[in-house]
Formats: sequence, structure tokens, C-alpha cells
Amino acid sequence: MKKSVLLGTLAAAALVAGAAGATTLDDVKARGVLNCGSNTGLTGFGAPDADGNYQGFDVDLCKAIAAAVLGDQSKVKFIPTTGETRFTSLASGEVDLLVRNSTWTFSRDTDLKFDFVAVNYYDGQGFMVKKDLGVSSAKELNGATVCIQTGTTTELNLADFFKSNNITYTPVNVADDADAERQFLAGSCDAYTTDASGLASTRATLPKPDDYVILPEIISKEPLGPVVRHGDNQWGDIVRWTYFALVAAEEKGITKANVEEMATSTQDPEVKRLLGVEGDMGKMLGLDNEWAKRAIAANGNYGEIFEANIGMSTPIKLARGLNALWTQGGLQYTPPFR
Amino acid sequence: MSEAYVRGAILPPLAPPVSERGVVKWMRENLFSGWLNSVLTVLAVLAVYYIASLCLPWLLHGVWNAGSLGECRSIIATNYGPDAGGACWAVIHARWYQFIFGFYPIEAWWRPILDFALLFVALAPVLFSDNPRKAAIMVGVVSVILVLSLMALVPWWALLLTIALMAGLSFLSYTATSKLLWVAAVYPFLSVWLLWGGSVWGPVMAMAGFGVMVLVYRVISPGLGVIMGTALGFVAACIWWLFLGSLAAAAIQSVVPFGLTYVESDRFGGFLLAFVIGVSSISISLPIGVMLALGRQSNMFLIRTLSVSFIEFVRGVPLITMLFTASLLLQYFLPPGNNFDLILRVVILVTLFSAAYNAEVIRGGLAALPKGQYEAADALGLDYWQAQRLIIMPQALKVSIPGVVSTFIGLFKDTTLVSFVGLLDPLRGVTTIVRADLAWKGIYWEPYIFVAAIFFIACFGMSRYSMYLEGKLKTDHR
Repeated sequence: MKKSVLLGTLAAAALVAGAAGATTLDDVKARGVLNCGSNTGLTGFGAPDADGNYQGFDVDLCKAIAAAVLGDQSKVKFIPTTGETRFTSLASGEVDLLVRNSTWTFSRDTDLKFDFVAVNYYDGQGFMVKKDLGVSSAKELNGATVCIQTGTTTELNLADFFKSNNITYTPVNVADDADAERQFLAGSCDAYTTDASGLASTRATLPKPDDYVILPEIISKEPLGPVVRHGDNQWGDIVRWTYFALVAAEEKGITKANVEEMATSTQDPEVKRLLGVEGDMGKMLGLDNEWAKRAIAANGNYGEIFEANIGMSTPIKLARGLNALWTQGGLQYTPPFR
Repeated sequence: MSEAYVRGAILPPLAPPVSERGVVKWMRENLFSGWLNSVLTVLAVLAVYYIASLCLPWLLHGVWNAGSLGECRSIIATNYGPDAGGACWAVIHARWYQFIFGFYPIEAWWRPILDFALLFVALAPVLFSDNPRKAAIMVGVVSVILVLSLMALVPWWALLLTIALMAGLSFLSYTATSKLLWVAAVYPFLSVWLLWGGSVWGPVMAMAGFGVMVLVYRVISPGLGVIMGTALGFVAACIWWLFLGSLAAAAIQSVVPFGLTYVESDRFGGFLLAFVIGVSSISISLPIGVMLALGRQSNMFLIRTLSVSFIEFVRGVPLITMLFTASLLLQYFLPPGNNFDLILRVVILVTLFSAAYNAEVIRGGLAALPKGQYEAADALGLDYWQAQRLIIMPQALKVSIPGVVSTFIGLFKDTTLVSFVGLLDPLRGVTTIVRADLAWKGIYWEPYIFVAAIFFIACFGMSRYSMYLEGKLKTDHR
């Protein structure tokens, strides 16, 4: 049986290779399922729940894309990828896109031959300290012990920050977030540093959250967003504009609840174009005209997805901050749908 | 004349002095036999006390029923004071099934459970080939546990069917243990079908491939000789597996549809995954290891060179590299869009890895045999395979048992490394998922202790069996 499976798949793989050259969109449509590279488990952003169903901020973007492309938000298969395997999974075609808290950097975009098509979360590295330490700024952390995950860019950012401010620190190396939380709680380190979103969710689950503060300094830029392979621009456009459709929907006040009503009643020409009432934007993408409507109907607009997974109504309590719309002082901005 | 100093009756024996009996004697001999030992004893007692004083309150304050870590903490705080620490076993209570089955669908749990029970039935004739009583006891105990654990999962008629099946197998294991070897032969195919599901005719046709091989061999070997017969039989079987088998399976399936719901590989996780990888790698790697060990000792240049280079190459590469090869490098070699199963890829490479180690352990066993054994086999007129089967291997394997079992135990524990390639191993994979839930974020020791306990049971079992086997096979008087 093992052998027949092995040889059978090799033969099947050879057949597939014969049909190679098809675009990602054609592959996804032929397969009927979107393969979405996701996190193995990150609170609020992407993790399976008790029943094994993936939930989270990044997960909802994948579902919206599945709804836009395949017409059904449940037609998505989440493939857990680790920090080590994520980019190879994407490059080898095992996943169609990666929505997995990946920071957009120069070398990943150019050297690794990927396209970061959007930024769905602007993150940055911050610090958390105990309140009774009496520190109100990261620049007062001179001589502090800092819990830091080894082998990450956060380690380098930390070194740069302390060096440029001419202060010293003692690193306490931790393996992962759980280890960090344990050490920080036990008092092994004065401060814990990682991405601000991670700090917020860690703080939410500490025994007495009010005894800890997240310092105002953000010492690095971590634009996180969906990644696709270089070279298939049509697919990149689909992912990018599905995301923009969600942001535009928030801007125009289109929600999961009122999307059908808006489609029939709106007088705004841009909304009409977006929801496929007028024009044929879907055709230009290689989809049908109701793609954006379905994407919005799946889990709501960008703001709704944010609030449902990581916003102030959840225990994680992340403020919109940089991720507010540009009209509200944030950076989320969509080019016009024209 | 009176003999005043002669005693007429024997005195009753006195008890030995206090220092020469009971607990005191034992302690004097074992704990305080000299000043150095006394100091060490005191230090050891202090160390044990220190560790226990750290762990025991934590263990004793354990909470089994709570909805989240925060709830655990507040229960412990109300019961034992605000500064008390305690274990939050509630996380195990709430999520134990993910540690065991991963995301395997609950309505299909009976399949891995039944499969696990049948594993012991298939092992019984191998483990206890000459001891039907022990085999029957093992199969019986497994049957009882199986029926108990299936009670809540399957309808009554399925339970009755299981009881009948296991009773039959238990009876068979006592009356004719060797007959169970047929269960062992069918088990790999049955196991794949039970775990992954799908049409039953696929595995049946894969088994039929071996039938084709034997048939062709029988037809051809009288005319063209053993070597041609074997080669053509193998070719015929490959053709069957590649083309005809799947067609036949599809044809029969359309006439007599019979199968189980298909379960995709990404639903596998936890100890189910560890056992799938561990058991298949262990059972395949032992024969490959024997072959490689013999190949390394062969007089044929090509075979020896290939065996040596395979063994040395694989032993020179860390397991984690092999796993990354399985998950990443093979993806580059294979065309995009292929669906070569990740679990299968990992099993193949882990098998090759452990085969190389087994080969060296068994070569050690071969080297331990005196040259006279080989010469005696030759003098009896046995050919190479007869000599290996009857004289050399039984002795060499007996010597290698501790090393082989060590390799197996190491391999089984190394299955947790698959978390690095995105599979859901019990130690890191499932624990990460459980911690990603806000209710259990921040939990640390409890999942590790739970997983360690199950690993300990499995590995200790293997170790005890190897000691039993060594004792049973001990024929010399050293």
C-alpha cells in the first residue's frame, strides 16, 4: 500500500507537471480549495480552536479570499507552517498564499522572490514591565534584565535600540512566548520584549494584568501582511484587491450585515462598482463581479474582522492605533476602486 | 557429685542486638556504612526534601475542573491563599483528546482505538511466539481496555461485534498463537485503511499485488530460474500497483461500494501521529537494518560499497535535516501542486534514518559472533541465506537486543521533532495550539508533564519487554 501510494503519487505528480504553467488562480479553481499557509498557533491571529477549526485575524483574510475566488469561505484549507518552513511552502507551491504574521522586508521581497501584496497589520516591537518598577519609558531601562526570544529579529532590534540610546541591558534568553511569560512572571527579568500585539495578548492572560504596563516606545517596524509568489501578478492582484475591498468596505460603512442592502440601495458610484452593481471590475481580476460582495459578506469588513478577533471587545484588547483607517489617524488606506 | 555448671536445657535464642537487625541494620549497612556514605546520605536526603518541598505543594494544589487558567488561579488563591502556586490540570481535562488524537474527527475515534488494539494482537505472535499464555493475557487485557474505551463511542451492535472479534482473537492467541501471524501480515494494510479511511478495495488490491508477485514467480521460476522469477514477479507486482490495481479497486468499488469516511492527514496529531510514525518506522527499519548490516559485511563490492555509503551518509546527517528534507527539499524536486503526503514523506525518511543506526547495532551483534559459527554453518553445507537464518541471525540479534531497543526508544521520542515541519506532535505542536487559546495562554508545565508521562509508559514498556526477551533467550551460563 505504501509503495503503491508512493509510486502512484509520483506518477500523478508527473502528470501534473505536464500541465504546469497554469496560473495560481486556475490551480485554485481546479482544486476547488484555497491552500492558505497559516500559523501553527498564535493567539488572536491564527490558531485552531478546540474543535480544530482555524480562527483569527489572519485566518479571516484567507476566508475572505476563498469567498471571493471560490464563492464559499469554507473552501479553504489551512496548512500550518512554522517560522522555518513558511517560505519554502510558499515557494514550492504547497500553499497558494501565506497569511502568517510575516514581516515585509527588503530581502524577503526581492531575494526570496515573493510579493508582499498588502499590510494587514502594522506591528512593532515594544516592552512590557511590572508597574512597580516605576518605569514610564523604555529609555529608563538602563541596566535592566530583558527577556528576549533567541534567534529572532527582535533580538537584533533590542541590541540596536539600547546601543543607540547609550544604555545597557542583560539579556535573559527564552525559548518561546510561554517560556517568556513564565520567566517574566517569576521575576527573572525586569522587561519582556516582543511584538506589541504579542505583548498585549500576553498581558491579557497574566494573573493581574493591571500590575503590568506596556511602554510607549515601539522600537521597530513590523508590517505584517499576505505574501504570494513573485511572477503571478494576477493572483497577487486578487489577494491585494480583496484585502483593499475589505478596507474600502469599512471606509464606506459596508458591513457583513448590510452588504446586501447596500448593493441595492446605494447611490455612491464607487460602492456600486465595488459591489459589482455597475461596471465589471471582477472581470478585470479574472473573477465574477460579485467577488468583493462575497468577501465582505464572509466575515465583514476590515474593522469588523479586527474587532472580532483582536479588538477592544476581545480579551486581547488591541487598540486600532496604526491600523485605523487613514481618515481616523491610522495607516490603512486603499487606492480608489475605479 | 553435682555438676552445678552444666546447663540442663538450652536457653531460648536472644534477638540479635538492635544494631544488627531490622531497619537499623539495613540503614547501617546501606546508608551509613562509613563517614563518606553518611555525608552523601544526608546530602541526598536534603536534596530530595528540597525538591519535594518545591514540587509537592504545586502538585497537591492541582485543580482539575476549571474553564481557564485564570479560573484555576482564582480557585487556588481562594483555597490555599493568594501566594500559593498550583498545577492547573484542567487544561488536560479540557484538551486531553487533542493530545491523543490531534484533530481526528470525534465520530471516527473508534478507528485509531481499534487500530491500536489490533496492533497488540498483531504483535502478540511476534513478541510471545513460544508463550501462548502470555500472548493470550496480553490480547485479553487489550480487548477489555478496547471494549471499555469504545463503550461511549460506538452503538451497541458495533460493540457486540468488537467483543465477538476480540474474544475470537483472544481464543486464537491461546490455542494457535502462530495463526495470529496472519493478523500481523494483514495489519499494515488494515491499519492504513482504518486510519485514513477511503475505499477498502485500495488496500485489498495493494495486498493483491503480493499475490501477483507470488503467482508470477510460481509460473516462471520452474522454467527460467529463481532470479528471473523473482525479478519478473517484482516487475509484475509494480505494474499491478502502478496501473492495474487502482483500476481494479475503482471497478470493484463501483460495484460493491464499501469504505470508511476519508480522514485527511492534516487531521492527524498528538500521540496518534507519534505512534503512526513510530510504529511504522520501527517495524520497517528493522528488516532494512538487517539487510544493510549484512550488506556491509558482504564480499560483493557493489553491495558493500552501497551499504557503507548509505549508512555513513545517513549517520552523518542529523534527524532534523532529514525532516527538513522530507518537508522542504522534496517539495522542490517534485513538481508544484503535487500531493505527496507529508506524513508518508516523514515516515520514509525517519525509517531510513533509524535503519542506518539499526544496521550498525546489528553489525555489532554480527561482529560478536566467533568465526567458528560461520565456518560451522559452511561445514554443514548451508547456503548463505540458510546460514543467516538458522545460525547467524538468531545469535547476532540476541546480542543486539539492548542496542536495537535503545534505537527504537530514541526513534519513538524523536517523533516529537516533526513539529519543526509543521506536523502536530504532542509535545510542541499540540501544546502550541492549546496555548494559542486565550483561556490557556501562559500554561507551562502541565502539558509537558502529561506528555512526558505517556512517553514514559511507552518507552518503559519497550525497555521491560527487551529485558524479558533477553532473559528468555539467555542460553549461556555467563
